Amino acid sequence: MWKKIEAQIFHGLMVLSVISLGVILFLIIFSIVYRGLPHLTWELVSQTPQGGFYIGRDGGLLNAIIGSLYLSAGAVILALMLSLPLAIAMNIHYRKNKKLVNSIRFVLDLLWGMPAIVYGAFGFTLMIFFGIKASLLAGIITIGLFILPILTRSMDEVMKNVPITLLEAAFSMGSTKAEVSFRVLIRQTLPGIVTAVLLGFGRGIGDVAAVLFTTGFSDNIPTSLTHQTATLPLAVFFQLGSPIEQVQNRAFATALLLTIIILLVSLASRYFGNRFKKSIIK
Amino acid sequence: MQRGKISIQNLNLHFGKHHILKDVNIEIPENQLTVILGPSGCGKTTLLKTLNRLVELDDMVKIDGKIFIDNEDIFHTSTDVTDIRRKMGLLSQRPSPLPMSIFKNVAYGLSLNGVRSKKQQIPLVEKNLREANLWDEVKHRLKDPAIKLSIGQQQRLCLARGLAVNPQIILADEPTSALDPISAKVIEQQFLELKQNYTVVMVTHVLRQARRLADYVVFMYLGEVIEQGPVHEFFENPKMEKTREYLKGAFN
Repeated sequence: MWKKIEAQIFHGLMVLSVISLGVILFLIIFSIVYRGLPHLTWELVSQTPQGGFYIGRDGGLLNAIIGSLYLSAGAVILALMLSLPLAIAMNIHYRKNKKLVNSIRFVLDLLWGMPAIVYGAFGFTLMIFFGIKASLLAGIITIGLFILPILTRSMDEVMKNVPITLLEAAFSMGSTKAEVSFRVLIRQTLPGIVTAVLLGFGRGIGDVAAVLFTTGFSDNIPTSLTHQTATLPLAVFFQLGSPIEQVQNRAFATALLLTIIILLVSLASRYFGNRFKKSIIK
Repeated sequence: MQRGKISIQNLNLHFGKHHILKDVNIEIPENQLTVILGPSGCGKTTLLKTLNRLVELDDMVKIDGKIFIDNEDIFHTSTDVTDIRRKMGLLSQRPSPLPMSIFKNVAYGLSLNGVRSKKQQIPLVEKNLREANLWDEVKHRLKDPAIKLSIGQQQRLCLARGLAVNPQIILADEPTSALDPISAKVIEQQFLELKQNYTVVMVTHVLRQARRLADYVVFMYLGEVIEQGPVHEFFENPKMEKTREYLKGAFN
């Protein structure tokens, strides 16, 4: 009797949370689409700002679209170069040193939880120290640091769960650590690595706090790492702050654009993740 | 030329506080099939994994004593652990194919042995797959992921992969325990042929299997070697009380 009631209570709670999640998601997407879709024109995605109300009337936001893509791609490449070797070292080379590996995990978890604005401030401090001006490069470094713990821990989590029998099989054949890492471990965890990369890309492209001080803003498409650059989240931020309704509407169109890009990235991550899954060992 | 003779001298192994192998002394003859027999948890698998130093992947392990393979000390500081492992193929209880195609699983073994060009690999992959009695079943699907094979086929693939490294010794840890009776029979048949060219060390707790396959038997109980000797002597004229009890089924 009691068991039945308990089951019903938990079933009710589950239904309630699913419904509220669904409603919240719907409202967010609805508000963006409702206000943004009518203003999401071809002009907006194909042109740079052409003046009027400051990024509000004529032209589009191609500068911010390209800027955001450059920034996130650069940051992902930078973060990947550091995180992949780190994740491999944690799970192959220093596997036996559990104390060290667990301390690294702890530090990375702390860094993951740190607000982006702290990274922004840190990036800004670095820029002053090295005498770099606000630029695409400074933004890439800041976002790269911001997503580094995300990439490393996501990959680490996948690599940690690789069956030990698989590693034993590879080692028992006389493979070196490098051979196990690059020919077995990476292949086995490729879907997870792809997911980690795209997760980092999504976080990087959507973040505003880390780039607020570091990338500056520009109406032009950046052609050098030293140029200042616009980004989509920053464009939303500036446009929403405008008192003019026409500019605010463009903020929603920009937000919609950003949402679409992130949706495409998620779909791509699922697609590629599944493609690489067919030969991995369960 | 001596090939694949193993000599284990005063071997002690601890996992943390647990004393797993106690004063183990075994002389494993070359080109014969040696079976390590004993009830579960007696240290058979640990002993096998000590032979190729795989046990060192665990951080708690501490080893004392010596193991010589063809008079080479495997724990000597100048010994490269990957060289030792390349001399021995390992078949585990459950097959663990690598996350790649059937062809590449075998080619991986070849490449560890220095055969890197695909042109050289193609005939050798076929040879190793034939040696493991798997070629006819997979020759049309070499590009399929290895994971798609049945468990019995995967075990033979792992054997082919192990042979590709060109070892002298084959270590097998209850290689038929996860297989259906027919696949198990194929693997057993394989082992009888393999011992012509390799030294085979096989762990099992199945008495009948030991009797069918072994030339030399080592009986272990609670981390100690109780008795060892040629198969007929061992089964027909056991010297130790513990062995007689075990053969009567006292520990099952």
